[in-house]
Amino acid sequence: MGIGYYLQQLVNGICLGGMYALMSVGYSLVYSIMNFSNFAHGGVIMVGAYVGYYALTALGCPFLIAFLLCGVGSGLLAIVIERLVYNPLRKRHAPSLYFIISAMGASIFLENFVIASIDGTPRNYPAVFANSISIGGLSLGIDSLLMIIVSAAALLILMFIIQKTKIGLAIRACSYNERASTLMGVNGDLVIFTVFLMGGILAGFAGILYGMRFIVKPTIGQVTNKSFVAAVFGGLGSLPGAILGSLLLGIMEIFVASWNSTLRDLFVYALLILVLVVKPSGLMGKVTEDKA
Amino acid sequence: MSWYYIEGILIQSCYTLLIVLGLSILTGYTGMFSFGHAGFVCIGGYVSVICTMAFDLPYAVGLLAGGLVSMILGAGLGRITLRLKGDYFCIATLGVGEAIRLIFNNLQLNWSINGKNFMLDGAKGIASVPLKTTFGISLVIVVIFVIATSFLVNSKHGRCMLAIRENELAAQMSGINTFSYKMLAMCMSALYAGIAGGMLAHYFGYLQPKMFMMTKSTEYTIMVIFGGMGSITGSVVGTVLLCALPELLRAVGDWRLVFYGLAVIVIMIVRPMGLMGGKELRIGYYVNRLTRKLLKKSDPLPGGDEEEEAQ
Repeated sequence: MGIGYYLQQLVNGICLGGMYALMSVGYSLVYSIMNFSNFAHGGVIMVGAYVGYYALTALGCPFLIAFLLCGVGSGLLAIVIERLVYNPLRKRHAPSLYFIISAMGASIFLENFVIASIDGTPRNYPAVFANSISIGGLSLGIDSLLMIIVSAAALLILMFIIQKTKIGLAIRACSYNERASTLMGVNGDLVIFTVFLMGGILAGFAGILYGMRFIVKPTIGQVTNKSFVAAVFGGLGSLPGAILGSLLLGIMEIFVASWNSTLRDLFVYALLILVLVVKPSGLMGKVTEDKA
Repeated sequence: MSWYYIEGILIQSCYTLLIVLGLSILTGYTGMFSFGHAGFVCIGGYVSVICTMAFDLPYAVGLLAGGLVSMILGAGLGRITLRLKGDYFCIATLGVGEAIRLIFNNLQLNWSINGKNFMLDGAKGIASVPLKTTFGISLVIVVIFVIATSFLVNSKHGRCMLAIRENELAAQMSGINTFSYKMLAMCMSALYAGIAGGMLAHYFGYLQPKMFMMTKSTEYTIMVIFGGMGSITGSVVGTVLLCALPELLRAVGDWRLVFYGLAVIVIMIVRPMGLMGGKELRIGYYVNRLTRKLLKKSDPLPGGDEEEEAQ
């Protein structure tokens, strides 16, 4: 177990962390605007993985087309959920806890809809990129390499949109104070639409990448919950925080798993509790004040 | 439908009702959401089974021990998480609930006490737990706890909890020690969940960590919301309906949980206050009206009216 072993684990960790990052920015984006934890996001990721599976097997699409289809499918689903489930609550100014319950309902609905209409058995993706290359003794699967590159590219584009475009400015304004920014002429509905669309598209990408490396099954919730933990770890509502938290969580999880594989899930939840006790606002989250 | 089948559903409704009652104190009356109550049920179940199987203690002692250990854990959790605001409390309970399940998933015990072997084998759990939860016993326990809970929520303490739910800052300004009341609600709900866990274990006859997934915690919270926050009878009606609903929908097979999820979304949109909408179903009131109707008293006594108002 030389340095090569640790480097290999580090690469695996970054790979997992990149996938968590694609998922956790969805949680963080929604939280930054609407102040609730969107647990239906896990269902959106799962549906993305299934879209990818059918695009690759039944339709026989090339990988790139399947990849884009996943983004489109999940993005549409996220918008539909926002319109049908959250919009009526938003119009009524319901407290955030009702949003969480609705999100849980939507997540139960999606999970069991897939179980009922397809079935509950885990499925394997066809091997798209089976080869692996080796760089200096490190064996790197093409799929893991692709995972890292795609996550990095998607997250960079997202950061560009948030930081440099007009709609990004509106999103940042709304996350600071939604009421005040809508009074200044920001279209709140459009901001929420964009946030759900972007979170959904990234969820679809995460879904196909996850399915390619592991398996697809309706109860993918164990993984998506961990990406939620990553979002909390980095600071809910902060995008750089979500990305940093995901990478750190992915790397730490892989190292814990290489030491004792049964403890990896327990480690993630123990970390969640520790973060909430020591610093609830996470690594880079904004400190929320108690507004009366 | 045999009686055996119906009895099973009734026993399940009973212990689920116990959990939902506890959660009703926490969520419906104090306004804190928990997504980790399955963890408390898990602790209660394991502790009570260890008591009855490994130490040969009576069933009642096992239930109490399960409840107490769960309550101590609830108090510890409350101590560190109750100062968290809003969503963070519910995220913390989610983490604790999952962590408890995962600990039992990794726990290996193999004791031999007085020549008897006791095995607790991680994800396989505990097998051949004595079946001691009968319908009679569960009904008695649940009735006792329904009465105790209604006394609690109608006391001064219950009013303080309601004040915290409505506006925590205002409650604090009025001199209510919000931390200790939140702690009380947390301990009570953990106690209820622990006792219910013992009943569950001795009804199913086995225990596995995967019986306490996060979706279970969500289901309990949904039952509280469905019945109506801040209403004991609402919790009772909601629990019995939602326990029976999947059984009635067995004909549609896998689709029942789809309808279940859909129902939750529709309720949140159409009737967010739940079935009872924070009101209690008072049997006394209806009995009064019925007897009056039967006796054909066209104009009720003034005294009777006042009594109704007071209720």
